Amino acid sequence: MNLAHDPKLTRADHSEEIGFYEKRKGVFPRGSDGPFRRLKWAIMAFCLIVYWGTPWLRWNRGPYAPDQAVLVDLAHRRFYMFQIEIWPHEFYFVAGLLIMAGIGLFLVTSAVGRAWCGYACPQTVWTDLFQHVDRLIDGDRNAQIRLQNAPWTPAKIARRTFKWGVYLAISFLTGGAWIFYFADAPTLQREFWTGTAAPVAYATTAVLTFTTFWLGGFMREQVCIYMCPWPRIQTAMLDERSLTVTYKDWRGEPRGSVKAAAKRAEQGLDPLGDCIDCKQCIAVCPTGIDIREGPQIGCITCALCIDACDKAMADVGRPRGLIDYFTLEDADKVKRGEAPTPVLRTIFRPRTLVYFGVWAGIGVAMLFLLGSRTRLDLSVAKDRNPEYVMLSKGEVRNGFTVKLRNMEDRPRPVTLSIDGLPGGAIFTDEMDAALARTVLSVEVPADTTKRMRVYAIVPKGAKPAEFLFQIKALDKEGGQDSVRTTFTTAEGNGQ
Amino acid sequence: MANDKRIDEATGVETVGHEWDGIEELNNPLPRWWLWTFYASIVFAIGYCVVYPAIPGLHSATAGTSGWSSRGALAHEMKEADAERAGIRAEIAATPVEQLASNEKLLRASIEGGRAAFKVNCVQCHGAGAAGAKGYPNLNDDDWLWGGDIATIHQTLQHGVRQPGDDATRMSQMPAFGRDGILTPAQVQDVVSHVRVISGQEKPSGSSQRGAAIFAANCAVCHGGGGEGGRNVGAPRLNDAIWLYGGDRATLTETVTNARYGVMPAWGSRLDPVTVKMLAAYVHSLGGGEAAPAPAAAPAQAAAK
Repeated sequence: MNLAHDPKLTRADHSEEIGFYEKRKGVFPRGSDGPFRRLKWAIMAFCLIVYWGTPWLRWNRGPYAPDQAVLVDLAHRRFYMFQIEIWPHEFYFVAGLLIMAGIGLFLVTSAVGRAWCGYACPQTVWTDLFQHVDRLIDGDRNAQIRLQNAPWTPAKIARRTFKWGVYLAISFLTGGAWIFYFADAPTLQREFWTGTAAPVAYATTAVLTFTTFWLGGFMREQVCIYMCPWPRIQTAMLDERSLTVTYKDWRGEPRGSVKAAAKRAEQGLDPLGDCIDCKQCIAVCPTGIDIREGPQIGCITCALCIDACDKAMADVGRPRGLIDYFTLEDADKVKRGEAPTPVLRTIFRPRTLVYFGVWAGIGVAMLFLLGSRTRLDLSVAKDRNPEYVMLSKGEVRNGFTVKLRNMEDRPRPVTLSIDGLPGGAIFTDEMDAALARTVLSVEVPADTTKRMRVYAIVPKGAKPAEFLFQIKALDKEGGQDSVRTTFTTAEGNGQ
Repeated sequence: MANDKRIDEATGVETVGHEWDGIEELNNPLPRWWLWTFYASIVFAIGYCVVYPAIPGLHSATAGTSGWSSRGALAHEMKEADAERAGIRAEIAATPVEQLASNEKLLRASIEGGRAAFKVNCVQCHGAGAAGAKGYPNLNDDDWLWGGDIATIHQTLQHGVRQPGDDATRMSQMPAFGRDGILTPAQVQDVVSHVRVISGQEKPSGSSQRGAAIFAANCAVCHGGGGEGGRNVGAPRLNDAIWLYGGDRATLTETVTNARYGVMPAWGSRLDPVTVKMLAAYVHSLGGGEAAPAPAAAPAQAAAK
């Protein structure tokens, strides 16, 4: 590249000091159309429909559980996702999902570069949405720039107020939708409008409305360039075989208009490159960069410049793909005159396959765990102080805190029994010690951990022993669990 | 250093002029909104220093206009917690202790409140698990000196055991049979033999047979003919497996010779009535609690038939 023509270099003689701050350059992307624009439309529609629609899906779980398909019930510490219900102690499933999301991003980034940034990131989706609002209300790029530079006449004030009102409405819908994931959506909506919802619902809506309004409406690409750590991380995860949006400078340079090219041809000089310097790639860029300067932090690889360039190339009858998804390695190959690697070979290479293997392995392991997890659980905590109690007739009593966990959404009749304690019997703090026996019948309420005080008692002459507490479901699904614990007596306790 | 400033070719941005092993720093300007945020945080910090305690002096810091202090915040939180508990405490205060068991909510609250109060006031003697120690009764078992129903436990807690100055305190005074010369040392040994026989620790012997007669004459009036104890006078049961001081020969000899006078404070004059009720509920819940004795009307009805 010819550096002498770069306007920034006029400061080489220090005649112009760099200021402490940089005024933000406005970005007014032109509307565009093309395969990538349509892909972005589709992904945006999908993301927004999923975001707004999910809390309203119903899912019948019977009378003892909420009927919302996806619900994060923080108050009762349950996470519902269709037929999966997760308890706090099963939070590793969520951790697993997060790890899968992380590795999924590694996978996507190493294969197709910053695809997350360009298509699916909420900042991108909502910025895109707000930029469409700009174009609908203010007109396309040139009209927007004109209005921006225009004085604050009543007409401009009215138009700005209207546009910011639309921003605010979208932001309110965005912030307001979030809370429905945390409570029954229809009920919460009624409460929300009648002013009876929890204060945290209003606070969350207010905060998220503000952040959407501010980040989507005004900060936009500044979030990607200055605030977000992810572009830095992704930049580090890209390698020379990742697909990135690339300007093929070997094909495009030196750039010049069709007229200039014809003129040079007449003069018998070296021909110009394919780039006609129409600046359409800059005009459509949502972050306001010039992709022809090479890969840069501001490029979210949304590929809108590919659409714009392809259109320009078609207009002047040159082949498409002057700007295209391309790898650095292929760029070097093509410059050397070799053929580029086929796209499939680029995507399916050891690095991406390893990422996919790890990602899929975790997924399969979680599915297996999900299928084999038990919904009935017993835990027994033996009293440590006192370890044992001597009773009048010489019997020895040990106290236990027993927890029966029924993770099904219905009450379950179970038996709690002991096995392997010679002469022993159990009773609870709610029954007479005289009724102690080896098997107790208990009804565990739906979706609950029932906590019981259970005493094991052994007649005079008791010896320390290891024994089992067992729980067995009596309903037709069945299921059981057991815990080995100890019975302590004076023997072996220094007495 | 300024002379080292140059324009970086790849980015077209000026460097700051420092160089570390070939690594240079670009002098990219900050975005203006970032600066605004920075200035706003300075303004906020100044306001914060005015409103909250901030600037340290020799002995204390500036007070701040809001009057906030960490001690004040704690006091406020404690007050809030007390206010939260006030309702249920009032309910417990209004409920007779023997009726606590009939209200599940009050009983649970009482037991948990008692658990906390026990840790503060009782563990010094009775132990963290209420298992007691030599001379301090185990509260988990089914053996009670004065009775194990909740009202009796409450009475014992309220007035203590041998608490000087409390007219209703639990008072039992076993004579010091040996020290006061009521029994000779040989007779004391005979009584000890008898007690160890009725508690199943020894086989009958000549000594225990002599002791049985001495027991009937001197001890049975309080401890009962078979050593079954007497709760109305706080006389321990002697024919069971539980010993407050110990059931071996030496300890029993010591007990019969000098008697024992354990003391428990009257908690009624130290703690508020609700806490004493809570403690009674907690002690009653430890596994040895007894049902309330049949109401006095029942025998009368039986007599009428």
